[in-house]
Amino acid sequence: MKPARTTLHAWLMLTPAMLLLVGFTHYPAIATLWHSLFTTPRATRPARFIGAENYLALADDPVFWQALWNNLVYAGATIPLSIGLALAMAMWVNGRLAGRTALRIAYFTPTVLPMIAVANLWLFFYTPDYGLLDQLTATLFGWGPTNWIGQQETALGAMIAVAVWKEAGFFMIFYLAALQAVPPNLYEAAAIEGASRLRVFLRVTLPLLGPTTLFIAVNAVINGFRLVDHIIVMTRGGPDNATALLLTHIYELGFRFWDTAAASALTMILLAMLALAAAAQFAFAARRVHYR
Amino acid sequence: MSATTIPQASALPRLGTLLETVAAWLLALAWVAPLLYAVWAAIHPTGYATRFELFAPLTLANFAAAWEAAPFARYFLNTFALVTMVVVAQFVLCTLAAFAFARAAFPGSGILFGLVLVQLMIMPDILLVENYRTMRALGLVDTILAIGLPYMASAFGIFLLRQTFKQVPKELEEAARVEGCGTLAILLRVYVPLAKPTYLAYGLTSVSYHWNNFLWPLVITNSVETRPLTVGLSVFASTDQGIDWAIISAATLMTSAPLLLGFLLFQRQFVQSFMRAGIK
Repeated sequence: MKPARTTLHAWLMLTPAMLLLVGFTHYPAIATLWHSLFTTPRATRPARFIGAENYLALADDPVFWQALWNNLVYAGATIPLSIGLALAMAMWVNGRLAGRTALRIAYFTPTVLPMIAVANLWLFFYTPDYGLLDQLTATLFGWGPTNWIGQQETALGAMIAVAVWKEAGFFMIFYLAALQAVPPNLYEAAAIEGASRLRVFLRVTLPLLGPTTLFIAVNAVINGFRLVDHIIVMTRGGPDNATALLLTHIYELGFRFWDTAAASALTMILLAMLALAAAAQFAFAARRVHYR
Repeated sequence: MSATTIPQASALPRLGTLLETVAAWLLALAWVAPLLYAVWAAIHPTGYATRFELFAPLTLANFAAAWEAAPFARYFLNTFALVTMVVVAQFVLCTLAAFAFARAAFPGSGILFGLVLVQLMIMPDILLVENYRTMRALGLVDTILAIGLPYMASAFGIFLLRQTFKQVPKELEEAARVEGCGTLAILLRVYVPLAKPTYLAYGLTSVSYHWNNFLWPLVITNSVETRPLTVGLSVFASTDQGIDWAIISAATLMTSAPLLLGFLLFQRQFVQSFMRAGIK
């Protein structure tokens, strides 16, 4: 076939998808930047250019700094915890433990539940006094009722636990696939050399899991900023902004106070964080991950 | 790897395996506890929601009460319409785009593919404010189409199918061409049938993603006629039901049931599909 015709066909096939992608990913990303430089348009007053003022207003807003800090804690805790647990789960399910199928089902089940259903389950689980968690801590340690999601000290931790619970089983699947692809002769070679299990894990298994870990880490980082459904349902960012994250704050600003200009500025900050995280991961991957 | 592949006779590793088994099962217990607790609350009368008695009477009344208390039938219909629409559109759009990227060498395809991959990092979930503005300009606020539209051209789907199409031997395509097939016929008769497992994998991940999606639907819908199950459930649970956990648990299980049952019945295929979607 002639190249010109191939190009024409390719463009015809690409156009519908590209139109939607540009319309709902590239255009809104650029429009967010543009609108973040204007005031929020109101019925009586059209938007007016104000430069970086929306960003300066954010910098003056203690809630923004708290949401940013909370989000860093949230991402910093959920990413390693969910990846570490996923690896442990995958090793257990891939090994010879009794009842592997049941274990796999148990670990994976949270993945298919809607986050909003998860939020309801955990609201119930965390209920002071009556909830299963308080009943357990009362029986085991004799603790009194704890308002897990209603007090500053425990609320963010409670949200992190829910996110890890939801994610770990999903990431386990990818590790499981990678573990099953490890050639058995590598383990046989290690056995002949009399390597200890820890050595085998550190020298054989872990390096082979590099690309999978990168893939999972990319997903975990995105989820560290995106996975907020349960927070909107369980605490609405409270108590006193203890569980406010960047995305929940965008939702608050944009759709509860209808201050779209401030929400746009905050969205730009979130996009910048994601871009930074992506750049860091690829720089790290280029040095450390060895593809087979 | 946990169960070692190295034969060992001493007692120490066996103790290690025992400890690991206990740890694995404790973790599994922690993982199913919130769900089992909700099941317990949902199938017993309200008074037993937080009291554990082995012979507490069983009931389905909570499910009936939840079904009556909110228009869940309509929410199910909305979610079903949404998921069907999104998945069909994704299959068509991503197949066409992936085929172009996989097999047509045309100028600029690398740059264009890079632009597609941007969506993997910047997902529509984050661009709520601008996408809402766009939907308002299009007059689509509070429609099911608006919930699905930003997700129809999926970078993940294009990427996954492109990888699969690239592995199809060129000879098959040439043979079809010799027989007089056009480009579209080659795509439909050669490439699509060979990519069936990828479609299944992508379809399952996509169905569960859109069945469970919450924030964007919450923003863009505001009536019973358009709300998907997730938003309907949150509205139901947050309007003062006097926090009757038995009924909320029943409603929660009801909305998750189709995916949960599908997963429990076909869990092997489910897990393998997710694996396949991830390895590529």
